[in-house]
Amino acid sequence: MNMIVTTAPPSTPNGTTRPQVRIVIVGHVDHGKSTLVGRLLHETGSLPEGKLDMLKAVSARRGMPFEWSFLLDALQTERDQGITIDTTQIRFRTNSRDIVLIDAPGHAEFLRNMITGASQADGAVLIIDALEGVRDQTRRHGYLLHLLGVKQVAVVVNKMDRVDFSVNRFNAISDEISAHLNGLGVTPTAVIPISARDGDGVAERTDRIGWYKGPSVVEALDRLEPARALEALPLRLPVQAIYKFDDRRIVAGRIESGNLIAGDEIVIMPAGKIARIKSVESWPVTSVASRQGAGRSVGITLDRELFIERGDIVAHAGSAPRETRRLRARIFWLHDKPLARGDQLLVRCGPKESRATVVAIEKAIDPGELSSSENRVIGRNHVGEIDISLSSPIATDPYTENPRTGRLVIEVSGRIAGGGLVLSVDAGQRAVPVDIVPVESALRPDERSARYRHNGAVVWLTGLPASGKSTLAKALERRLFSHGGSPILLDGDTLRAGLNSDLGFSAADRSENIRRLAEVATHLARNGHIAIVAAVSPAREDRAAARRIADTAFREIHVATPAEVCEERDPKGHYKKARAGALASFTGIGNDYEKPDAAELVIDTSKRTVAEATDEVEHMLKTTGVLFDEVVDLAANI
Amino acid sequence: MHLLKDDSAADRVSKPAPADPARAQEFSADVAPSMDHLDQLEAQSIYIFREAFARLKKIALLWSLGKDSNVMIWLARKAFFGKMPFPALHVDTGKKFPEMYRFRDHYGKEWDLDLRVEPCPPIDAVDPTLPPAARSAARKTEGLKMALAKYGFDGLIAGIRRDEEATRAKERVFSPRGLEGNWDVRDQPPEFWDHFNASPPQGAHLRIHPILHWTEADIWAYTKRENIPIIPLYLARNGKRYRSLGDQDITNPVASNASNIDEILIELEQTKVPERSGRALDHETEDAFERLRVAGYL
Repeated sequence: MNMIVTTAPPSTPNGTTRPQVRIVIVGHVDHGKSTLVGRLLHETGSLPEGKLDMLKAVSARRGMPFEWSFLLDALQTERDQGITIDTTQIRFRTNSRDIVLIDAPGHAEFLRNMITGASQADGAVLIIDALEGVRDQTRRHGYLLHLLGVKQVAVVVNKMDRVDFSVNRFNAISDEISAHLNGLGVTPTAVIPISARDGDGVAERTDRIGWYKGPSVVEALDRLEPARALEALPLRLPVQAIYKFDDRRIVAGRIESGNLIAGDEIVIMPAGKIARIKSVESWPVTSVASRQGAGRSVGITLDRELFIERGDIVAHAGSAPRETRRLRARIFWLHDKPLARGDQLLVRCGPKESRATVVAIEKAIDPGELSSSENRVIGRNHVGEIDISLSSPIATDPYTENPRTGRLVIEVSGRIAGGGLVLSVDAGQRAVPVDIVPVESALRPDERSARYRHNGAVVWLTGLPASGKSTLAKALERRLFSHGGSPILLDGDTLRAGLNSDLGFSAADRSENIRRLAEVATHLARNGHIAIVAAVSPAREDRAAARRIADTAFREIHVATPAEVCEERDPKGHYKKARAGALASFTGIGNDYEKPDAAELVIDTSKRTVAEATDEVEHMLKTTGVLFDEVVDLAANI
Repeated sequence: MHLLKDDSAADRVSKPAPADPARAQEFSADVAPSMDHLDQLEAQSIYIFREAFARLKKIALLWSLGKDSNVMIWLARKAFFGKMPFPALHVDTGKKFPEMYRFRDHYGKEWDLDLRVEPCPPIDAVDPTLPPAARSAARKTEGLKMALAKYGFDGLIAGIRRDEEATRAKERVFSPRGLEGNWDVRDQPPEFWDHFNASPPQGAHLRIHPILHWTEADIWAYTKRENIPIIPLYLARNGKRYRSLGDQDITNPVASNASNIDEILIELEQTKVPERSGRALDHETEDAFERLRVAGYL
């Protein structure tokens, strides 16, 4: 075969160290964006050979004077209308930067295209006509830059030739736009007087703007910083898909922030499942030994089989994103029909999607207006803050903590209709669907604890079947009750007979069983009772989920009676049946019980009496702040 | 141009890399190797491939056998860890260069592709008002429509790039096509933060453009770095080479002495001649290309 297979390169030919910066030029229609772009290309020597002459010829043929903006208006439709329709991407170089220039249209009709362009930018140039001054689209674009997270903004005041290069006019505009941007938390990196048509201020300060001492446009671009490093933030790997093309089960996605390496302990949110990264897979060479940082598209395998789905987020334990069904976002709206309270939407946070309902709308304004009155709905091309309730839990971060995961888009009828930044995540609040209003108890927690002499708690007894959980639970219940407390026993088997009678013993059903136990127990604990849960709960991740639900009220006790003792006891005859093969999914004779790593207490019931074991639990509850000190001690202090 | 003297393409090619962090830090577990320009392009393309595969039901990759679509197949294999999990569709005009057919038959097997070759209708079936080269290309569009009808793909992955041609700069990464396969440049949905509109109406399809953000030089630099095979017509023989490969009768070579990829990269750094200058159809009338694209041409 006469094919060419290239040899391995000694270096990366394009491995340039020049930072690449993507910029967008925005502003009101006809304030001169396209002209500035054409001029910039000319001043930096970036035009293809003959392009200028060709366009001049085309202009002559059409009987029009040549305009710099023709360079961009490559589409015939645009030339017909005199409007730039969409984002084009053009490259040129300044002294120390490779600039990718994204032109964005100024016409209000095309705001969605401006957003499409500006969302990709590291920095922006906001252009203002010196004659017309700040206009509605100038303000709107300024606002959208803020919402899109573009923080580096240089302002150019164009067409200075039309105001005789008046320093007063320039200062007035400079003050007005600076105040507007500062109000949004954006500080302009420079405000530059220019004439894009004649070239003043674009690449150099001409005599006509001799009073101006700041940078030229090219110099301002040269100072822009490329996209901010996300490596220093906590790991966020949103899962795009699980691949099982061969015997590997690969969790694939792009690292949005932080980094990872094989061996890391990770948590999969929102479920809270814990695992270890077994390998980082790649092609053509696998596996990858080096650490992988933000921006990489990767595939990992885990040390255990977990149910993971698209949209989950892989994070490091201890710095995981918050799980929520409710969040507040500041959004821009692009759909024809205004967004109103009660609207049903589809929300996307990275690859995760969830149906959602708008619970509340605040600060709905037209960002183009100078002083906007607040509306009840968010109109097309307007902005506002919304509270949304999600039908399935998602894991996310506030935008201020993670600019990559802290943003969302909204879809209506399969088409992107808006987007925005996550302002806050309602993590403490339990997920509450929109029409459900929880009724708080009439009693305060301290009223109950004063009577019971304890705080509410979830005491979770986990261990093999016949390890003594139920016996210990009953003894504890009696002990607490005899001291005036309010213990309530939640036995796994008992609840399976009623509340959980619809559940079997598959992994998913077991998880749901545990979730319900945890929810009921947590409700009791919030109302001051001590919920004593006795359940095998063999899966570590399920217990971790229970701990997340009960939060600080959770006390885990591992009833660690040796397996052979348990099997010998066998009060319910389960071990015998299982040995005979008559009881599928029985935990105990296999090795499917995952011991807790950090239980509050470990008790081997084969080595102590029931009373001794109960003493130990009572002691633990005292030292961890559930039970108050003995009444006798209090009496001694009176 | 503000091109630094010590940073020409020639220097970058001939000099050993100052320090390739990816390799230097291979054995340091504490720091993630930094990503260079090609790494970033690659990661973005892989992300797009995975989104397309996750969100659409039935997709195929349009394999034109050229340098861009070969890079795409390579990226797809990276995205899916070795094997491209959807068909490679070659809409065959029957007028490609013999070298291209040999390449297709060889690498279709070697890369374990699910190759589907679909023919185009006879030239008489195509709009006779178009100029000759555009009419020939429009024939390919018809072949594509027939293939779409035959398989019912809801997504077609195409290797167009923004830098190729002004019209293509307007494209989205996920670009909806109407029921007739047409492109409505005036009513494109917003696309930001790598969220793509992936719900085409019933019976319509999406074009997916995983290398939209690459340049011609990126394609060559990546082809070299990854040792991706190429058709030898791209390299100069007797002072001429092809920069872009289409049908034999509407593609012309350009004057060049670039006989390997390094020399191509140097040539690209210096040239100001557009990539598609050898494509007859781009020059017939100002709006021929756009008319074709509106009708569903790539």
